[in-house]
Amino acid sequence: MNKKIMDIDSVEVWDGNMAAAQALRQADVDVVAAYPITPSTPTVENYAGFHANGYVDGEFVMVESEHAAMSACVGAAAAGGRVATATSSQGFALMIEVLYQASGMRLPITLVQVNRALAAPLNVNGDHSDMYLGRDSGWINTCAFSPQEAYDLTLCSFKIGEHLDVRLPVIVNQDGFMTSHTAQNVITLDDETADKFVGPYKQVNAMLDFSKPVTHGVQTEENWHFEHKAKQHAALMASTKVIDEVFAEFEKVSGRKYNRLETYKMEDAEVAIVALGTTYESAQLAADKMRAQGIKAGVVAPRVLRPFPLEELAATLQNVKAIACMDRSAPGGTVGALYNEVCGALFNTPARPVVSNIIYGLGGRDMTIATLCEIYAELDKDAKSGKRNGALQRFVGVRGPELSFYNK
Amino acid sequence: MSNQKEIKNLKSFSTAAERFEGAHVLCPGCAHSIIVREILNATNDNLVVSAATGCLEVCTAIYPHTSWDCSWIHIGFENSSTAVAGAESMYNALRNKGRLPEGYKAPKFVAFGGDGATYDIGFQWLSGCFERGHNMMYVCLDNEVYANTGGQRSSSTPIGASATTSPAGSTSYGEKKNKKDMLSIMAAHGAPYVAQVAPNKWKDMVKKIQTGFETEGPVFINAMSACTTEWKFPIHKTVEASDLAVDSLVFPLYEIINGKELNITYRPKNVVPVRDYLAFQPRFKHLFTPQYEYIIDEWQKRVDAQWDYLQRREEARV
Repeated sequence: MNKKIMDIDSVEVWDGNMAAAQALRQADVDVVAAYPITPSTPTVENYAGFHANGYVDGEFVMVESEHAAMSACVGAAAAGGRVATATSSQGFALMIEVLYQASGMRLPITLVQVNRALAAPLNVNGDHSDMYLGRDSGWINTCAFSPQEAYDLTLCSFKIGEHLDVRLPVIVNQDGFMTSHTAQNVITLDDETADKFVGPYKQVNAMLDFSKPVTHGVQTEENWHFEHKAKQHAALMASTKVIDEVFAEFEKVSGRKYNRLETYKMEDAEVAIVALGTTYESAQLAADKMRAQGIKAGVVAPRVLRPFPLEELAATLQNVKAIACMDRSAPGGTVGALYNEVCGALFNTPARPVVSNIIYGLGGRDMTIATLCEIYAELDKDAKSGKRNGALQRFVGVRGPELSFYNK
Repeated sequence: MSNQKEIKNLKSFSTAAERFEGAHVLCPGCAHSIIVREILNATNDNLVVSAATGCLEVCTAIYPHTSWDCSWIHIGFENSSTAVAGAESMYNALRNKGRLPEGYKAPKFVAFGGDGATYDIGFQWLSGCFERGHNMMYVCLDNEVYANTGGQRSSSTPIGASATTSPAGSTSYGEKKNKKDMLSIMAAHGAPYVAQVAPNKWKDMVKKIQTGFETEGPVFINAMSACTTEWKFPIHKTVEASDLAVDSLVFPLYEIINGKELNITYRPKNVVPVRDYLAFQPRFKHLFTPQYEYIIDEWQKRVDAQWDYLQRREEARV
């Protein structure tokens, strides 16, 4: 190793971008190929600074587009080493073609994704439209709700993706600006502990190992394609166990516990909000307020979006009477993506709670605790009457006449 | 270089151990396989090869088979250049970190793409790789058409050719635009070495490939690849088609060093009229009518002018 050790304190004030960049540095990534895009740009800028000052000794390749970034990542990963990149929104959309190549070739790559709206209209602020765009690309998909979690999950991503039972790429999502640009206290691991936790990269079918020539990215027709895709899905589903193991191992070194499905006060909850990103924490504060008023409120957040914690989610929501699924993405002519996931999980279970779909916060619009309390109050009405009182899908926080759909 | 093959004669060259094996399903008469063999056989070094989506890729790596006895990857249509650039970056990283085994020899990085992948869809990626100066060779297998998908025009398709998306018809002579001058564009990137090659002039080609492998930085090779299927000549006449291309000067063989020094590497003893080159390929047969004959005359003028320009540049050394 030719790199300098960076002095960091046990608690640093980092935003989500710096937290992710520090995790990439500590994970001793071999190749970072990236193209800057708001709001993930500082992840790459911070890493460039580490590279320029000798704190990382891998290759840092500034390519000409996000599509090229992921193309270089796939080539580098197939060559046989640890690879990462970062992106957002339009850049992520441009990468999509190659995301499928990465997962189809079973190449572990970490993608720090800072979630942002998709144009048009052009908007640089946070929502989850890009996250849903990539959820079916065969990548493991995790969600960090704070800079601390962006740091922790990015470290975990290498260990999960590179596990020999998995060998799949991993996305770590965080909210644009709300997480990526908000500085908070981040409890750090020292370089040695982090390095030991992530561990050395294990080469599998490396192109740079000339003792055994390998052919990556073959063509298949109907005689083999199905089997390849089936095995890829099997590996993705099997990653569930590895994710649990890595989270448990991380708890041992950090004291911080992560679950594939995060819950807050769900033991006796009668009404629940299911949300992702920074809204998870806001909803916890709202739930506390509602509990002070005697409403048994809880919050649920999938930490891992792929593989989806379907069974855990169904079990958690079994005794809940009314649920609001909060989608921070434009639904595009149907119910929100998270609503679909949750209803899919609940359909084959005995419990049939009243479920509504809240569309909120598009393009970076705030979701306040007061609004979350209002949503809880309406869930309480639904729970008491045993039926939905408002429309199935409502746009909350949008100007103009109320937008609501699927009224039946 | 010690790792490059000594070329005594075609027999000794062609009987070298193969890294591009038979049992691929390229068309009989396809020049791709000749070019790829000549390139891979020009060095004894380890190779990391990528291929763009296209004839070469779909005909040589159909699971569970492969024709490649070397490291090989295909990602997409547009990014074979960047795939190899990524692998080269990983090599540099592992070397700098001291993670390569003792005695590990530096490999050569080669990317292949057809003219569609090079002149059109993959141009941005190629340009990016050359701007960044990756130590790699990019080879365009230029058959002047999207042959893999049934003969659509590309920006390498020459004027007057009938392609499925620029067909000759009662009111059209086929492709309306001249072929893009790819070699000038790549030389303008400041690439240390760019060259045009043709598989029939194998000695010239192997020499250029070896020069390319010895060169530090990005190298661009434009290889004329006669396509029996889309140019519609008999399958046993691939070399003849290639001879006509270089002897008519439609596809002149030359190299440009550091974007400046131009060397013509083959001067036909008897220059063949462009008319003969076109007449050999039924994709141009509609030009041989009174209505469109002027296209042939214009083509001859353009080829003469280009040859004159190349000679002047060679002389001027600028």
